[in-house]
Amino acid sequence: MIAIIGLLIGVLAGLFLEPTVPLALQPYLPIAVVAALDAVFGGVRAHFDGIFDDKVFVISFFSNVLIAALIVYLGDQLGVGGQLSTGVVVVLGIRIFSNVAAIRRHVFHA
Amino acid sequence: MSDDAKRRSAQLVVAVLLALLGFAAAAQIRLTHQDGSYAGQRREDLIELLDSLAAAAERTQKQIDELERTRSDLLSSSERREAAVEAANEQLAVLGILAGTLPAEGPGVTVTITDPSGAVTAASILNGVEELRDAGAEAIEINDRARVVASTAFVERDGVVLVDGHELRPPYVLDAIGSSHTLSEAVIFPGGLADEVSRLGGEVAVEEAAVVEVGSLHPVDPPEYAQPTDE
Repeated sequence: MIAIIGLLIGVLAGLFLEPTVPLALQPYLPIAVVAALDAVFGGVRAHFDGIFDDKVFVISFFSNVLIAALIVYLGDQLGVGGQLSTGVVVVLGIRIFSNVAAIRRHVFHA
Repeated sequence: MSDDAKRRSAQLVVAVLLALLGFAAAAQIRLTHQDGSYAGQRREDLIELLDSLAAAAERTQKQIDELERTRSDLLSSSERREAAVEAANEQLAVLGILAGTLPAEGPGVTVTITDPSGAVTAASILNGVEELRDAGAEAIEINDRARVVASTAFVERDGVVLVDGHELRPPYVLDAIGSSHTLSEAVIFPGGLADEVSRLGGEVAVEEAAVVEVGSLHPVDPPEYAQPTDE
């Protein structure tokens, strides 16, 4: 419950504070958001599996975001940033889908 | 730490992370929806965009050049056509006056041949016409009926003068367009038409006029056998 309230507060803050994203972070923010989403869905799945651990969640959240940003940064330095960020989004998308499928099985038993 | 407190702190951490995620997502969505802004794009994408824009501009410029060339071509060709039409019209006027298909007017003389005794022959009139032509007459008609052209025939049947089939009765009036002074000189010079007619018992009166009208036309049939050839 507190978690959902936290999410709402974050969204509302993002909407109403109108933050300006620093120029240096702009290429990495979308990838970071997708990576964090992956971590969140992984956490929800773990919660339903009964193996949720907040330490694991925190570490996976940050490592996901950092690795995704790192890969994109590396890609930018190598001149293949666009392709690598596409690759990262595809991989994370597949993971999100499989996590959501597991959650769905728990929720709807289907 | 009790089990309850531990759960609570875990939930708090999760809530903070989710708040972070929501904040970042909202910021990113706002950034994405700022239309017309290339601020968030990576350098390679921008370069590619610039390249494609440059290529499009080049293509468009090429198209503009081509169309402008076509336009100038069309303009010059229409100018040429206008000039050709003008030249053709001019030639039409010249040939029409020569062939007798156009009425004409201009300075010239009116030569009146009175013939009370009926002694003036077609040959005398032809003589007169030829004198006028020699003096540079550009258009000649007789009695406002017979236009004199290259193919005009002068014949006499039963004492009546026929010019191209028109029966002409005296007095014969020749309208000629040309330099009026030269034309009148050509008629009255010694031994010329005036002398010849007066020998036959007639009389010639020459009147110079600033405007002589040659209104009769010579009908022209298209040639049946003769075909124009390239020079």
